[in-house]
Amino acid sequence: MKKLLIATALMALTAGAALAQQTVRMGTEGAYPPYNFINDAGEVDGFERELGDELCKRAELTCEWVTTDWDSIIPNLQSGNYDTIIAGMNINEERSKVISFTQNYTPPAPSAYVALSPDADIKTGVIAAQVNTIQSGYIAASGATLLEFATPDETVAAVRNGEADAVFADKDFLVPIVNESNGELVIVSEDVTLGGGIGMGLRQSDTELRGKFDAAITSMKADGSLNALIKKWFGEDADVF
Amino acid sequence: MSCYLTSGKHLNLYWAFGTVLLLLAVTAPVAMTFGFLGAMAARSQHLVLRLIGKGYTAMVRGVPDIVFFLFFVIALDQGIEYLNHLIRCPDWTDPVRNGLEFRVCPEAKVPLGASEQWVHQFYGFMLAVLTFSLVFGAFAANVLYGAMQAVPRAQLETAEAYGLTQRQVFRRILVPQMWVYALPGLSNLWMILIKATPLLFLLGVQDIVYWARELGGAKTQAFDYPHPDWRLYYFLFLLVFYLAFTRLSEIVLNRVSARLSRGQATAAGEAMRKAGI
Repeated sequence: MKKLLIATALMALTAGAALAQQTVRMGTEGAYPPYNFINDAGEVDGFERELGDELCKRAELTCEWVTTDWDSIIPNLQSGNYDTIIAGMNINEERSKVISFTQNYTPPAPSAYVALSPDADIKTGVIAAQVNTIQSGYIAASGATLLEFATPDETVAAVRNGEADAVFADKDFLVPIVNESNGELVIVSEDVTLGGGIGMGLRQSDTELRGKFDAAITSMKADGSLNALIKKWFGEDADVF
Repeated sequence: MSCYLTSGKHLNLYWAFGTVLLLLAVTAPVAMTFGFLGAMAARSQHLVLRLIGKGYTAMVRGVPDIVFFLFFVIALDQGIEYLNHLIRCPDWTDPVRNGLEFRVCPEAKVPLGASEQWVHQFYGFMLAVLTFSLVFGAFAANVLYGAMQAVPRAQLETAEAYGLTQRQVFRRILVPQMWVYALPGLSNLWMILIKATPLLFLLGVQDIVYWARELGGAKTQAFDYPHPDWRLYYFLFLLVFYLAFTRLSEIVLNRVSARLSRGQATAAGEAMRKAGI
């Protein structure tokens, strides 16, 4: 009986490869609304969920969503725990050295500072940013003191409780938070545009899969459905292609 | 309110309590087994066994837990996949290690990419159980080793004088008497194990701390139930849970300790005898 159980478990884990239509596992963070977040039903939701499902449909792939910590999102891709990163990740040179990106599916997006008062010191003060983001890299290179957090939510909380003078993040992430703060939070100074837009990250050896997603993104750009999706999630005046 | 507390996300939080309790329930006996074997090996007459036993405790105890959790699990996971890869895809020509990438053929993935999500979760959970057991087993091995050494030599010598073999002495005299010496150390380990469960998230298992953080974070209108930062309340709830759980453990362990001291040649046993318990 015991042997039978073990054998069944092993079968479940390893066998069935023959009939396996390749499933693409989509890795995301699930903590960056409206890009990606875990909704109240406990499922991945947001702009990238809707986009990813559409891309998979167009590329005729079966996709499954997986969430992981932002901090380990690239190592987990490289060790094969999932096959793509679709997590609001901006295309930049540093990341392109270790993973390969599809073409961007959002135009280069502005980042913004948010603080409790409009005259917050963003030049030399303490600025909160999420670890390993283009924003944290930007702050580190500026004259300000960088305070890093593991999740986007904590960076905003740090401003609210006075730990940091301001938070620096994607504007699309910050705007809903500012709008719903009843005037507690304000956007400081002009926007800063960083990175080359958001793309899907894949292993550098996965050229075939990257080609499929690239083609799907191209077709969504061509028929305007991508622009419609961007407007749906980021508002009518969002940057489109 | 009741709608809020029964949302899918909250159900995940409640499930996570089950996951944590299950992890403890499985890990404790497995770690004890590792510990017992390790202690036996460390006391063995054979040099090789002794080296294995002592090496195991020294190595695991010397490495910070968090390094162990980050390194060992990945190494184990990749080791399994690599062996599987050698068996299933002998014709594969692409390099498995390609810079920082680790890439085996799709048929060798454990679990398969196409498997259901629960299979992935189950596999992650089993890796977690194994890692926790190895780490805590090493500590338990040291505790048990010390406890075995603490049993008065006179007890063993008496047994030998009665003509018991080494094996009988070990089973009938040494092991029953050592528990009372081992218990303080083992109860420490149990308490630490309870508090170490949030490390589960490092292993990709979504535990109660993960869901508390996820649920407590400020929510905008993108969610069904927008609310400000409620992490404090969620974490207070976890604090109560952990305190209640460790308190309960303490009560049980005290009872076990009293039970084990009865009739033993220790100060506690002697005090009980005098008090006529």
